[in-house]
Amino acid sequence: MPDPTLILNAPTLQRALTRIAHEIAERNEAGSEVVLVGIQRGGVPLAERLGALLTEIWGRAVATGRLDVSMHRDDLDRRVAPQVQPTVIPFDVTGKTVVLVDDVLFSGRTVRAAMDALNDFGRPRRIQLAVLIDRGHRELPIKADFVGKNVPTARAESVRVRLAETGGADEVVLEKPV
Amino acid sequence: MSWNRKHLLDIESLTAAEITTVLDTALAFKAVGERAIKKVPALRGKTVVNLFIEPSTRTRTSFELSEQRLSADIINFTAEASSLRKGETLKDTARNLEALNIDFIVIRHSASGAPHFLARVLNASVINAGDGAHEHPTQALLDTFTIREKKGRLAGLKVTILGDILYSRVARSDIWALTKLGAQVTVCGPSTLVPRVFEQMGCRVTHNVEEAICEADVINLLRIQHERQRKSMFPGLNEYSSLFGLNKERLALTKPDVMIMHPGPINRGVEIDSEIADSGRSVILEQVTNGLAVRMAVLFLVNGGKGPQEVAP
Repeated sequence: MPDPTLILNAPTLQRALTRIAHEIAERNEAGSEVVLVGIQRGGVPLAERLGALLTEIWGRAVATGRLDVSMHRDDLDRRVAPQVQPTVIPFDVTGKTVVLVDDVLFSGRTVRAAMDALNDFGRPRRIQLAVLIDRGHRELPIKADFVGKNVPTARAESVRVRLAETGGADEVVLEKPV
Repeated sequence: MSWNRKHLLDIESLTAAEITTVLDTALAFKAVGERAIKKVPALRGKTVVNLFIEPSTRTRTSFELSEQRLSADIINFTAEASSLRKGETLKDTARNLEALNIDFIVIRHSASGAPHFLARVLNASVINAGDGAHEHPTQALLDTFTIREKKGRLAGLKVTILGDILYSRVARSDIWALTKLGAQVTVCGPSTLVPRVFEQMGCRVTHNVEEAICEADVINLLRIQHERQRKSMFPGLNEYSSLFGLNKERLALTKPDVMIMHPGPINRGVEIDSEIADSGRSVILEQVTNGLAVRMAVLFLVNGGKGPQEVAP
């Protein structure tokens, strides 16, 4: 396998998150109720980091939740059943601005499933989308509001996001197909 | 950790990892049942036939609600209402159902092996909801789920199954599931209903109830299945109750944190005293709640086991 290309290292990844946090703060005035919901699994630690950054910026606690979209996927009968992770939404989403957080935006199908799954918990005032990497190849009319880095990719390549929370160092690499 | 099976026919052929996959998946579905909106679209557009050739209320209701909560469409067939009464064979009934383009058959049948037979002749996924005295896999999955939820683990736990073991598909499925997950299983009851041959399944057999319960972490009580017994295997229910029923005196011999289970329907005053069934040690109603989550998980996993097996990114 050819060597993977480094897209983000630990400092650039953290800078990208800090910038996203400031953009979220800029877009949503401090008074509006903003909550963060990480999409299982890659989005969960990112949502927690963004929550901590926003807590610092606004000087008040910003709530975070985690959402598993397996039960709302559109490909359940054409693949092995996904491993379902816990969904924890410890607040009422009705009337809130929910920022969905994921690591990589690709086809957009996960985000579609996430919006459906979120609707079972209430009616948010609005939903925004923050992703660390946008790698293109959308199959649905979905666009991120906050992007850490746009990375042009070939469809067969894969983007791997590794985070300290799941072991190892923070980094994002682009892997060529085998 | 993944699930590649198109059917759920028994516990015997599952690996410990597959059982654990069901239990982990069920945890997520239990959370769905606690939300304001208890329905997910995972089986939208799929059709499930509940083919209950043998009477059942709680298992059928539990499957039906699980299917509804997964957004499946449902057809119910019961023994009384079906053409089996008019002499149609099981195979013909099933083929007629399949001509309706159904996706899943949940079958309860008095003949052991009926679900395996259907799985061979049909394209639909088959889920065993109890076949004769053979197996009742979803009951064993909900029992192990409940034990793991309450006790935090299965490995090393001492589980005693007390009652009619010989005629019990629940006992067989439970023994397979519990031993695969590392629990130490003891079966106990009258010698006529608890033959030594069960030792071959990897459990301990005893006919001394006091000895069977005194060290148990979990006691699973099984109903005496009058309907399966051709001739009486013991003098009477009163005698069973006095020799093997779980009463206050016997409960006093058990560990203080012993957990009491029963797959239902319970015969109050026979295998269990009424006040024990209603006490804090009993998890009988939690078993019912968990049954829904486990059956949703099974349908969800089996659905994924049907299609072309692309592995998710």
